[in-house]
Amino acid sequence: MYIPDFEYYAPDSLDEACQMLAQFGGRAKVLAGGTDILPKAKTFSPIAPPQTPLPEILVSLKNLEELKKIEYVPGKGVVIGALATHNDLVNSELLNKKYMSISEAAHQMANNQVRNRGTVGGNLINAVPSADLPPILIALNASIKLVSVDGERVLPLEELFLDVCVTCCTEKEILTEVVIPDQKMTGSNYIKFGARRSGALAIAGVAVAVEVENNVIKDARIVAGAVAPTPIRTKKAEDFLKGKEVTAELLEEAGVIASGECKPITDIRGSAEYRTNLVRVLTKRALRKAIDQGHV
Amino acid sequence: MQNAVKGKDGITRYLVTIKVNGDEYTRIVKANTLLVNFLRDELDLTGTKRGCELGDCGSCTVLLNGKPVDSCLVLAVEADGQEVTTIEGVAGVDGLDKIQEEFIKNGGLQCGYCTPGMIMSAKALLAKNPKPTEKEVREAIAGNLCRCTGYVLIVKSILAASGQEMETYYE
Ligand SMILES: Cc1cc2nc3c(=O)[nH]c(=O)nc-3n(C[C@H](O)[C@H](O)[C@H](O)COP(=O)(O)OP(=O)(O)OC[C@H]3O[C@@H](n4cnc5c(N)ncnc54)[C@H](O)[C@@H]3O)c2cc1C
Ligand code: FES
Ligand code: FES
Repeated sequence: MYIPDFEYYAPDSLDEACQMLAQFGGRAKVLAGGTDILPKAKTFSPIAPPQTPLPEILVSLKNLEELKKIEYVPGKGVVIGALATHNDLVNSELLNKKYMSISEAAHQMANNQVRNRGTVGGNLINAVPSADLPPILIALNASIKLVSVDGERVLPLEELFLDVCVTCCTEKEILTEVVIPDQKMTGSNYIKFGARRSGALAIAGVAVAVEVENNVIKDARIVAGAVAPTPIRTKKAEDFLKGKEVTAELLEEAGVIASGECKPITDIRGSAEYRTNLVRVLTKRALRKAIDQGHV
Repeated sequence: MQNAVKGKDGITRYLVTIKVNGDEYTRIVKANTLLVNFLRDELDLTGTKRGCELGDCGSCTVLLNGKPVDSCLVLAVEADGQEVTTIEGVAGVDGLDKIQEEFIKNGGLQCGYCTPGMIMSAKALLAKNPKPTEKEVREAIAGNLCRCTGYVLIVKSILAASGQEMETYYE
């Protein structure tokens, strides 16, 4: 297999990278870990076009060390650089302490080799419905920063996703960071359901974050992945839970409501009916786990 | 910014220097040259295998700055200035690596196609975690597919290289 020819640049600074993207316009795309963009660009022969051909130019972010950090910034929250790899999330002491559910979600992705290359930014901008990081990051109310020559904008991660593989990140913009604000949530959790434990994409995945006090749910966020064109918040189920006392029936009912809010498709990984039922079960289990484990 | 020349054919070529198994190699490559092909075709290091070429099978696993990666998903230009270890760099002058010895002793390979990748993944695991559990071994090689052995003897070999016996009993 081979990738048709393209041009490659590796700018030394974010400024330079932004200028290149502005200058090249739609002819260029950003290269992060390449675990998504490269396999999709491979083909066996010139007459069999690849799934998604590369643009004329790739602008590699590999020299932008400042985007690889994961750190706590007081008043802002935990800042995850867009170039942090999945294994950086798995191994980050800070995340293991503050947001274990993010490390655990990252650990369920792909395999060790891919986790050493694949990045948070690539996983988000890629915007496939089955991506594993969006649900848990949205459940924890993450925001993102997009930077271009025109300046920067900060928006809730939820608003990034427009459709299957479509985001509001323009061809001029670079995603630089994901911020997890300080939480009132007392527990969170992401459950991915795939055909195998390693290297399989999610058939469905559900992330939840809950604030529980004296066994009463004060706040809840539920996000389902791989069951709609974008990750979706099941807001009816969230509202249903608020102010209620935790019982097994309550969680079951929340699962039923959440499953009614998703719009899955039937594909090679699972039928729409199966996925709908998975959302019911995974919502219930994720809620139970988030409530019982007592950490976010 | 980078050493690049546009040829008469309109294609840009790049000067890259990659440290492979301790030696620096400087070559001119096209942007679409994959690290696996750089190693195999430019440097004749054919121990690294090409299987799926999509990141699924792990037969192309090498260590990039000490971490296992699929070399079929890394551009050679991306590895410019970095350090790569391939299966050829595992054995020392005084003989095979302990992991290699144990693969041979325990029957950790049959056709051998997955073996270079398996050993690179094992090497990275043991460097970080000298006494892994069986679960950790299986997790570390989850990105390495083997069509022959059924994995049991591979896991046994890696555990043996860490001085441990396999606890699970397989008939
Ligand atoms: C074998 C295998 C298994 C996989 N398993 C999983 C899995 O279990 N779960 C899962 O969610 N994914 C999985 N993936 C998909 C992929 O690894 C992830 O989505 C990964 O996070 C992509 O990141 P990357 O850095 O490699 O992206 P790249 O391929 O470098 O980029 C992806 C897209 O995002 C754009 N982009 C990247 N970074 C930025 C940025 N900072 N700003 C703007 N645009 C940007 C690129 O232009 C490109 O369009 C798997 C892939 C493989 C090959
Ligand atoms: S050839 Fe690279 S993972 Fe299969
Ligand atoms: S020994 Fe043949 S593929 Fe593993």
